[in-house]
Order: sequence, then C-alpha cells, then structure tokens
Amino acid sequence: MALDIAAADTGATEIDAVVIGAGPVGLFAVFELGLVDIKTLVIDILDRPGGQCAELYPEKPIYDIPALPTVTGKELTDRLLEQIKPFGAEFVFGERVDEIARGEDGRFHLKTDAGREVSAKVIVIAAGGGSFTPKRPPLEGIEAYEGTSVFYAVRRIESFRGKDVLIVGGGDSALDWTLSLAPVANSLTLLHRRDEFRGAPHSVDKMRALVAEGKIRLVIGQVTKLHGENGNLEAVTVKTSDGTEERIVTNAMLPFFGLTMKLGPVAQWGLNLNENLILVDTEKFETSETGIFAVGDINWYPGKLKLILSGFHEVALMAQQAHKYVHPDKKLMFQYTTSSSSLQKKLGVK
Amino acid sequence: MVKLTFVQPDGASQTVEAEPGVTVMEAAKLNDVPGIEAECGGACACATCHVYVNPEWVEKTGKPASIEEDMLDFAFDVRKESRLSCQIKVTPELDGLTVRVPAKQF
Repeated sequence: MALDIAAADTGATEIDAVVIGAGPVGLFAVFELGLVDIKTLVIDILDRPGGQCAELYPEKPIYDIPALPTVTGKELTDRLLEQIKPFGAEFVFGERVDEIARGEDGRFHLKTDAGREVSAKVIVIAAGGGSFTPKRPPLEGIEAYEGTSVFYAVRRIESFRGKDVLIVGGGDSALDWTLSLAPVANSLTLLHRRDEFRGAPHSVDKMRALVAEGKIRLVIGQVTKLHGENGNLEAVTVKTSDGTEERIVTNAMLPFFGLTMKLGPVAQWGLNLNENLILVDTEKFETSETGIFAVGDINWYPGKLKLILSGFHEVALMAQQAHKYVHPDKKLMFQYTTSSSSLQKKLGVK
Repeated sequence: MVKLTFVQPDGASQTVEAEPGVTVMEAAKLNDVPGIEAECGGACACATCHVYVNPEWVEKTGKPASIEEDMLDFAFDVRKESRLSCQIKVTPELDGLTVRVPAKQF
C-alpha cells in the first residue's frame, strides 16, 4: 500500500488537534477526528507509523481485531494508513513531545525535543507504553557517565573525533556507527556478545574489512564493569567469550541494546496519573486537563483492557467531545458512514 | 501437570505446576515468579524473560532459534545456557525443569 505522508513544515504550526503517537489507536484517532472535521497533526518518536505494531511485532499475527481473523502489525498499520488517507493528516516522525502549555488564547502550545513548536486546540495522547527510548545496560554507575562518556545516539560525528570509541551491540545501529565513526576516532572497538551480527550483510562485510585492515578492533564479549571518575569514563572490563577478562580503554562508549518504553515527559504534564497511566473518564476519555484526551494503552479507567479494539472505541467517543472544543459553534449530528452523504464526501466516496 | 522450578539469584526457589502447551514465561507469570518481566508479552520482541537453563536440561529444552538468538543480544549477562522463557514450550518431557532467573532483566 502506498504511503502518502505529507511532511510537516518546520517552524510553528497551527492545527486543530495534535495526536501524540502513531500507533494503531493514534492512527484511528485521525479517522474519527476527521469525520467530525478536525484536522490533525500526528507526532511520533519512532521514524515510521505503527507504534508497537511496527517496533515490536510487525510480522506477528494479531487475532483479536474484529472482522480480521488474522492480521500482522505491519498489515494493520498499512490498512489504517489507507483508511485515514482522505483526511490528509500531517505526520512528524522521530520527534518526542517534551512540553505542553496552555496559552492565554486557550490553545495548547507544544514543543518537541527537536525544538518544533505546534499550537493546537485539543491534544490526544495515544502514546501507548510511552516513548521508545534506548535501553540502558544495567552496569553499576552508568548514569554518571551518560552525556559525557556514554551515549545512546550520535548527534554530531565530529564530537567523537580523536576519541577512543567503544561501540557495543550487533545490530544496524552498532554497525552503522562503527563505519561512520571509524574515520574520526583515535581508536574504535566494536564489542558484541557473539561473532554473528543482525545488521545488514553489506555493513557486516565493511566492518570485517576494517577489522582485517587493522583499522578497528572486534572483540567478542560483554561489558561487566565501568572504570572512571567524575563522569569521565576511562576503561571498561569485558568478559570475553572464552571466559577471560580484558580491559578496554575508552572515553566514549555507545551501547546499542535496542529500545524500551518509558512514560517519559508525559509524567511532567500535570495530568492525574494512576501508576504511570493517565486517568480518564469513560464518556469522553478526557484527562484531568480539559481539552487533553488520552486513548489506548496509556490511559486507565476502571475495567480498562489494553486492547487495540478498546482504543478504537475510545477514539470514537473522544472525537465527539473534541468537536465541542474545536467547533464550538457547530452542532454535531450523529451519522453513519454507510448512509451519510456528508461523511461519504469527507471519505472521498464516489 | 508439569513441574517447573525457578531459582532466584539469592538461591530462593519456587516450584510451579504448568499445563503442557504454555510457555515457561507464561507459567512464571501465572504464578507471580519474580524477575520474569516479559515486557512484550511473549512476542520474542524484548529480552525481559531471560533465564538460564540448568545445564542438565539444556539438551531437552533445545537451542534458541535464530530470532531468539538475535533478541538475546538485548539481554544482559548472556551465557551459553541463556534462553528467553517465552520461547520454551512446556512439554511432559520437561517435568522437573529448573531454570535460574538472572540478577537483572533489561
């Protein structure tokens, strides 16, 4: 299925609604909001739509979507994207909403970690298990080195110039950054627990060529201890696959152990929470803050089940209330897509 | 029913009964065994149900499939007897299986 996603412009954007999270429930929110004439902008921290369906189980079948006896996470995402196409939602990928504030004009002002600013009349939080963030290896004292000698992403290649870089992991991130940082680093060691790599075969070949040329080192083993002081890493102890210990000198370690979900900035937005989930009512799925809704896995109410189908129900009811805020002067008439010519027009039915 | 024993890092052990067909992870969750998180719910998409199979059982539980090996790259302190418990199906042959829970899931 073709993906026709309009990239949002940089700079302050004005929109009716911002949906945070492009998982199945966030995508279907675009549909229900679209039916009641609400224009949406969707923001997701991942680089593509689908949320957990894309990140955790793209190829795994889901069996409890009504009328789809079996569908994979990828397929479900593609079908939803097809279904919401008529509404021309804007998408921003690879950014996390960090701040939400209500302005004097009553609109919400959002800011992402990339500095993008958006103003919206309503906000729909469909952030699932929270934002996907890099996994932190459970090594004692690692927090003290984060940002100074331990990094989970590369922002600027130049900042690694002349460093003794240690990259840990065996996937595409580890391999790609090994290839990109090797030319600028003073030394580079790639450390992985086994001599097999998940990354793209041509990246593996390039990496092995650099090892053969003596430009980088490949060590098979696992980090067991960090050494350094005042946030400056000096070396790590590695247990190699044959059980011996080795000390590797490094002042820049990059661990790539995949992603995990953390509630993240949502916790700072002043919403009432119940054990890391956002409390909502079951009539409008609105949070403790008027105009901010929470749908899908991230919300909680008595009887809540974390099912995609429950999220679909929640967005339909949410959209009714959102309409009151976005179009206060318009009366909303309940209609069916099967019979309403005005809904069919919005859907582009000919 | 099949008996499974989970041994914690501090040596405490818990024996549970599991129906053949469920996974070792599911048996652990059903019986509130500490230290088995199973963040992804058994999709072999995280590594938070990591266990060490006791050496004498390694042959019967078998080797991890390649997708499981890939996911074990995301676990901490991976050893030869490391498995993801969501990928071990309980069978009558596994009656008495003992696995150790690692000090940390991540």
